[in-house]
Amino acid sequence: MSILNTQANPRSDAFQANEASMRHEVMKLRELTAAISQGGGEKARTRHESRGKLFVRDRIDHLLDEGSPFLEFSALAAHDTYDSPIPAAGVVTGIGRVSGVECVIVANDATVKGGTYFPMTVKKHIRAQEIARKHRLPCIYLVDSGGAHLPSQDEVFPDRDHFGRIFYNQATLSAEGIPQIAVVMGSCTAGGAYVPAMADESIIVKQQGTIFLGGPPLVKAATGESISAEDLGGADVHCKVSGVADHYAENDAHALQLARGCVSRLNWQKRGKLAMQPPKPPRLDPSELYGIVGTDLKKPYDVREVIGRIVDDSDFDEFKRYYGDTLVTGFAHIHGYPVGILANNGVLFSESAVKGAHFIELCAQRKIPLIFLQNITGFMVGSKYEHEGIAKHGAKLVTAVACAKVPKFTVLIGGSFGAGNYGMCGRAYDPNLLFMWPNARISVMGGEQAAGVLAQVKRDQHEREGREWSAEDEEAFKAPTRDQYEHQGHPYYASARLWDDGVIDPMQTRDVLGLSLAAAMNAEVQETRFGVFRM
Amino acid sequence: MSRQPHTFDTLLVANRGEIACRVMRTARAMGLRTIAVYSDADASARHVREADEAVRLGPAAARDSYLKVEAVVEAAKRTGAGAIHPGYGFLSENGAFVEALDQAGIVFVGPPASAIAAMGDKSAAKARMANAGVPLVPGYHGDDQDDALLRSEADKIGYPVLLKASAGGGGKGMRVVESGEGFQAALDGCRRESQAAFGDQRMLIEKYLTQPRHVEVQVFCDSHGNGVYLFERDCSVQRRHQKVLEEAPAPGMTAELRREMGDAAVRAAKEIGYVGAGTVEFLLDKDGSFYFMEMNTRLQVEHPVTEMITGQDLVEWQLHVAMGEALPCTQDELTITGHSFEARLYAEDPEQDFLPATGLLTQFAMDLEGAGLDPTRVRLDSGVETGDAVSMHYDPMLAKLIVHGDDRDQALATLNRALAALDVQGVVTNRAFLQRLATHPAFKACDLDTRFIERFDATLFAPKQYSIEAYAGAALVGLNQLARECESDSPWDRHDGFRLNAPHSIRIALCDPAHAQDSEDADAVVVVDGTRESGEALWTLTIRGETLTASLQPLAGDAVAVTLNGHRRRLQARRDGNVVVMVDPRGETRLFWRRIDAIDHGHHEAESTLTAPMHGTVVALLVEAGQRVEKGMPLMVMEAMKMEHTMTAPADGHVASFHFKGGDTVGQGDVLLEFAPAE
Repeated sequence: MSILNTQANPRSDAFQANEASMRHEVMKLRELTAAISQGGGEKARTRHESRGKLFVRDRIDHLLDEGSPFLEFSALAAHDTYDSPIPAAGVVTGIGRVSGVECVIVANDATVKGGTYFPMTVKKHIRAQEIARKHRLPCIYLVDSGGAHLPSQDEVFPDRDHFGRIFYNQATLSAEGIPQIAVVMGSCTAGGAYVPAMADESIIVKQQGTIFLGGPPLVKAATGESISAEDLGGADVHCKVSGVADHYAENDAHALQLARGCVSRLNWQKRGKLAMQPPKPPRLDPSELYGIVGTDLKKPYDVREVIGRIVDDSDFDEFKRYYGDTLVTGFAHIHGYPVGILANNGVLFSESAVKGAHFIELCAQRKIPLIFLQNITGFMVGSKYEHEGIAKHGAKLVTAVACAKVPKFTVLIGGSFGAGNYGMCGRAYDPNLLFMWPNARISVMGGEQAAGVLAQVKRDQHEREGREWSAEDEEAFKAPTRDQYEHQGHPYYASARLWDDGVIDPMQTRDVLGLSLAAAMNAEVQETRFGVFRM
Repeated sequence: MSRQPHTFDTLLVANRGEIACRVMRTARAMGLRTIAVYSDADASARHVREADEAVRLGPAAARDSYLKVEAVVEAAKRTGAGAIHPGYGFLSENGAFVEALDQAGIVFVGPPASAIAAMGDKSAAKARMANAGVPLVPGYHGDDQDDALLRSEADKIGYPVLLKASAGGGGKGMRVVESGEGFQAALDGCRRESQAAFGDQRMLIEKYLTQPRHVEVQVFCDSHGNGVYLFERDCSVQRRHQKVLEEAPAPGMTAELRREMGDAAVRAAKEIGYVGAGTVEFLLDKDGSFYFMEMNTRLQVEHPVTEMITGQDLVEWQLHVAMGEALPCTQDELTITGHSFEARLYAEDPEQDFLPATGLLTQFAMDLEGAGLDPTRVRLDSGVETGDAVSMHYDPMLAKLIVHGDDRDQALATLNRALAALDVQGVVTNRAFLQRLATHPAFKACDLDTRFIERFDATLFAPKQYSIEAYAGAALVGLNQLARECESDSPWDRHDGFRLNAPHSIRIALCDPAHAQDSEDADAVVVVDGTRESGEALWTLTIRGETLTASLQPLAGDAVAVTLNGHRRRLQARRDGNVVVMVDPRGETRLFWRRIDAIDHGHHEAESTLTAPMHGTVVALLVEAGQRVEKGMPLMVMEAMKMEHTMTAPADGHVASFHFKGGDTVGQGDVLLEFAPAE
């Protein structure tokens, strides 16, 4: 037991300024989230409701167990990405409890462009399936979609991770024993028809759900046959004639009840086993995270102040405390689940990288899930460091991170720049889930550094050509780069493109990690085999 | 050693439930072998489990088992039982049964058949009582209907009097006359009504008792001509002639009146050659005059209150007398010590007109120690244990709670603590009703009469509104139970409706369970802040614009401590399905608990079906399948617990199909018919 202490002084000006700026960011995030949760606007909502259909989030509420948490992914997907708003990319995804089982839910929002698949919709749907695979979670698809967004066909149809991947995933997930349940609550046209058809069990709502490869207009055009959507592929057709659907529902609520029944019959058992402890709330007050962290990435703080407000009982057993101390490593519990934590406390040196690799080996050996708290400007540069081989030491950390097969969760709590992102389990290193705080920034390097590098190259060019380059000119040259980096490194920009699984309120970090860890325990914790470490 | 003719070493108890268990307890203590009898419904009932041997009588219906004289006699013969104790009810006052035992040479623990017969015929009994000088309600039942004569009879009886149509019933042709002046007008009015209603004008007159109490005297006689009384019991608190709360001694008795009533009771018993335990029931008027009602020729349900204040075991007395011995005590040796109450716990729902309830007792226990009760002062006579089924076949009384105190106030306080400590789950009971009775100021003040329940009807049933604290407590208890129902510590079990980047409050609607089905309204809505940013011990609740801080601490078993704005209360709490039940010595609170943020997952298929409210029998189908019916039209009648229940059309439409036909037995919750509402 080693209980973390705090040096934070909530009455200090710095603390209060930090608190105000972070609170502002969180409020902005909450407002944006609330707006997005309204879907495709008043007109579309009224039309949707007039058809007796529930809104997508109400459908999810009906599906979930009473009071179940819902860990929604990427609510900001497609935010400010297309010419017109596509809130949540037109599909709500997340993990929730259904009949006592944590399930991944993928639910189309028909109020957003008829639930059609834009490129980000496809990406989000596929990401949800990846999460289901990684965590071994049953999938429930609440289908209400017009299929691919035809004008974007080149970005949604042909490539590996495009529309077809959804059905590839359904087949291969099912093959891994991960149940696939589809509830048809609206259109399932063309490719979309494969969602229920590929499902293990499917439910359809009468006079509302339709499944067909070609809709009435296409049938008319192709064969001259004139037929209504209901007669072509409604619930009666598919439950009584074709057998494409298995369960017949009276309405949305009934369909969701049937889906709950399907899950209750899965004979589902979690496979992950960890030595649990009774959960305890942190001793340090999580609401102080705002005042400690703030939004100015240049202001340093001790990352243990963050750890102490996330882990059970603020109890953190540190490993190699006095070695490579710009990377803090140690053991703790979150909601009772044992975890190994790696958290940046400054720039990465060779020692910190090697220490991190060692610690990851420990956790992989013991099958303890890893938590990465990223706040990293990168690896140290300079001749001293290059000569001592920081590249190969950094490579050890990257190898360890890449190969570790225990559940990995990454939270970007500050900067995420350059190779530091790799060593701290960025998106490319396949963490189970990755979240960002609203103050975080992500880019290949900081905007200032990038502008500086580009300016240096430009200045060299000017000097070779013997031309003058005034300070004003240089500043004007650097500004667009800085602006670009600031814009593209923003969490909303990142989350809109699904570089993460969501932007979260720092105060919810502990709960988000707890829910994620618990969900991950549906899958067995794998043995790790590391690659060659360059010595 | 020569055997006395009446001596027996084996006792068969021809009864079930608590009384069978209670009789066997004493019999065992006296060294007797005990034999139980049982019906198919009771094959593993508590009285069977506790007996040394048990014999099956027949199918569940009482007429095929406990009321079957031959079967009981045969059981006694098979097991070599020398005596039969009948308990109360069933065969206890059946002369033919007593004669059958006499013929078989088996001792009947009770009076001779002749005594039973003498009291069985009510009007003949009254005549004999009059002879023995036992006071009867004064009245005139003569054929002479002359106005002046009737008036003079009324004057003789003393006002107020009750004028009643001889042919009457249902309150028609009936009037209370307060004084002689109003007599003629009332007589004329009654005659008109009687003529109109019954085509008959004959009237009878009885003394009208304004606030009569039911006070009964326990008597005991042996076969040697001795008779004593073991004082009185007040059983005024009754519901439709069913006793609910009894006490001994009767409040406000003087030594004189006690002696007068006791002597009258013993005279009554001796008049008919009584032997054994008997009870003479009187109506006691406000002015201290008392009138014979009837005599029960058996051990009464409420005999334990007498045992508590006299320190005697009446069953032991019964067995000694049955063995031909003399009474163990003389009148002078009997004294009253302290005060005792008995509360009858029934499986019934007072909020639904006392509809009998059935089901499985998932819990039946009383934690005396936890409630700080003295085990020598509290007695629970029950015929059931945790895990037992309560069936539709017999009397729905589950148990009797009997307490003793140095005086009435102390005994009443103990009764209330004990009622709160009773942990009954799985079956609806009248416990809350008993608590409201026992905590009622009028009951505490001994303002008793046989119309007590009618008089205070407005305050004896579940209140429509509880305090804000009660709603807040119920909201938290419900949440806590939800969390407890999950074993794991998984954060997915928290039920706080966690949502990312959004406040998540939990909205809980609470309402009277009786109105939960037909109304979406709530009596109160409690909003619980589920966000709880710092720390997890304190909840913030908002109810009717008031904000409370609250915490809930689980204690042992079902006990919890709920703290609301710094006021900590300990109570028993649980969730019965969707009903939160909270019990403390001030009473029971039952509230239907429903989250309004969450969705009811269970309602979608029940709409077009009608289900049986309880286990019972289908009496008749009143419409044909397919026939058009209007909303509210009766569709089907079933009988359960001796009461008829009519299933009515929930809407305009037709019955698509009946699932049962007349005579079929149905279980609680069985779908009786499919109803197709009109489009």
